[in-house]
Amino acid sequence: MSDPALAAKRTTSPWRRRLASSLTPGIIAAVVAVVSLALLWVALRLAGFDATLALGALWRGSFGNWYAFTSSTLVRATPLVLTGLAVAIAFRAGVWNIGADGQLLVGAALATAVGLAWGGALGWAALPIALIAGAVGGACWAGIAAVLRTRFGVLEVISTIMLNFVALDLVGYLVRGPLQEPSHAYPQSNAIPKQMHLPFLIPGTRLHWGFALGVAAAVILWWGMRSTAAGFRVRAIGANADAARIAGRIDVARTTTNVLLLSGALAGLAGAIEVSGVTYALYENISPGYGYTAIAVALLAGLDPLGVLATGIVFGALEAGALSMQREASVPSVVVTAVEAALVLLLLALSRRGKAASVIGRFSGARSASADEAS
Amino acid sequence: MTTALTSFLEASVRTATPLALAALGELVVERAGVINIGLEGIVLGGAFGALLGAGSNNLALGFAAGCAAGVAVAALFGVFAVAMHADQIITGTAVNLLVLGLTGALYRGLYGATGAALTIPTTGAVSLPVLSRIPVLGPTFFDQPPPTYIVYLVAPALWWWLYRTHAGLAIRAIGERLEAVRVLGVNVPRWRCVTILIGGALGGVAGATLVLSQSGTFAEGMSAGRGFIAIAIVVLGRWRPMGVLIASLLFGAASALQYLFQAMGWSVPYQLFLALPYVLTLLALAGFAGRRVEAPAALGRAG
Repeated sequence: MSDPALAAKRTTSPWRRRLASSLTPGIIAAVVAVVSLALLWVALRLAGFDATLALGALWRGSFGNWYAFTSSTLVRATPLVLTGLAVAIAFRAGVWNIGADGQLLVGAALATAVGLAWGGALGWAALPIALIAGAVGGACWAGIAAVLRTRFGVLEVISTIMLNFVALDLVGYLVRGPLQEPSHAYPQSNAIPKQMHLPFLIPGTRLHWGFALGVAAAVILWWGMRSTAAGFRVRAIGANADAARIAGRIDVARTTTNVLLLSGALAGLAGAIEVSGVTYALYENISPGYGYTAIAVALLAGLDPLGVLATGIVFGALEAGALSMQREASVPSVVVTAVEAALVLLLLALSRRGKAASVIGRFSGARSASADEAS
Repeated sequence: MTTALTSFLEASVRTATPLALAALGELVVERAGVINIGLEGIVLGGAFGALLGAGSNNLALGFAAGCAAGVAVAALFGVFAVAMHADQIITGTAVNLLVLGLTGALYRGLYGATGAALTIPTTGAVSLPVLSRIPVLGPTFFDQPPPTYIVYLVAPALWWWLYRTHAGLAIRAIGERLEAVRVLGVNVPRWRCVTILIGGALGGVAGATLVLSQSGTFAEGMSAGRGFIAIAIVVLGRWRPMGVLIASLLFGAASALQYLFQAMGWSVPYQLFLALPYVLTLLALAGFAGRRVEAPAALGRAG
């Protein structure tokens, strides 16, 4: 606790502190954006591409104009923000939820099933019920990992990975079996009823209300983590589970379960939003690995909910821009996946050398907690 | 019926081969208390290396290059997870994403956007004399591409190394009693690096097997979760070489069932069988399937 940075922080006046902390997510996002562009530029030059043309295309496809920003970047950012939040709160509690992808899939599947079964009859209630079904589906899927962890001592790292594959097989079965479209020609579900479609947030774009839900979730979690007793319990078991149990009389098993359920609900909601806002049907490959990218999103945000919002948008821009980079400069779009990974490795290397600010400190806190608990 | 059964068993062993190779490597890593989720990236890197190495129709060079690529990816994991004491899960996840992005970009950069025309010759099945004539078992186990025979050699060798040598004792001790071993003066980082590189070599060969013995081509993300399956196999195999072999066969059989069903004209949803081994693994971990499985005590802890 004799960290000079921390001491300096204490002596600053409250309003300056508040200003600084509300600026942090923006700063993180800017740093992430600049570093990833630099990495991308180096990679493109090394691979012999026209880096200027490619990065220009990346810009045009992400921030270049209003339509690209809203309909590509923010639409792509929505599932990344929600799954990123799911990962961030779990990691803050020292719970290694690697299963956001599976939870997203189950959420999407349950929302589709509910929508197809009763969507027509429910009227205006179809949409909220489908979104709730998605969250419940994701929470149930994460709940399996929670029961395995708290009752049977199964490490959630392993169980959530296993459950990702079970979820993938489950969706594969559903789109070829009970939920398959009536002609039985394609592995996909019927289109969901109109009542279940998320309305567009901004007319003339494809940006749907799911993004607003993502922003709301980030703000609520940010407030909840710093200002509520539940948020304190989460941070406490993440910092040191034994101390939280002994000194703080915190029920670690119960908090872990609640965190996993909430984490799964957020990922499941992301799945339901993808179905009702973007694809309008259930597909086997509805997630191009959102739940795995979410880990990078959460880590680079320092596991801070508002930071997740910022890095989620940056990653959404990267992935949206990568598609136009592929169209215009024939640079393979997957290259941004490598850039995302390089960013995480860079963060690991920096946090090892202890150079970076409080962001990294929080992150290494989560790390040491999980090491304690594995012992 | 007999031919359908034989071809089902043969397909089971063929599908199980890369899984067993990758899982045997991960087994050694996990016995040293390291969980390398980057195995998925190692297998994919191995597959891509094999593609590059086999460019001039040289299959042996292809396997060597696949192995080398696996070792290279594993070395990257080792630098972060061991040398820098970074978190193993985070490092492994980053390594997976990195290899997925790099191989995808390089593949499209080198072979064009589709690469569909790209095919390389595969190693055919090599039938072992005498053994392959045993009814049913012969064609199942002894009429397979060469990587299957590598499994037969590596599994007992690893068992002997882990259970009958000082090095193996040190590695198992690192996985169980990290502090005690450190007090005794065992060089934990060195042994962990050794096991990670062995895991990389075997994972790389597993990737090369996918390209050079099975599909005869490369596709983006062609490891398709096999690295993660291998991690499940290690768990289901109770962190023992023999158990890993049996668990690999189970996973191989589960995915070979779909061919059997197609051959027999049954319309059973094969995804349920694909999911079965994962469910079994979870049950085994929870203690429902036989004796409760105990993971190495120091698994995932920074050395």
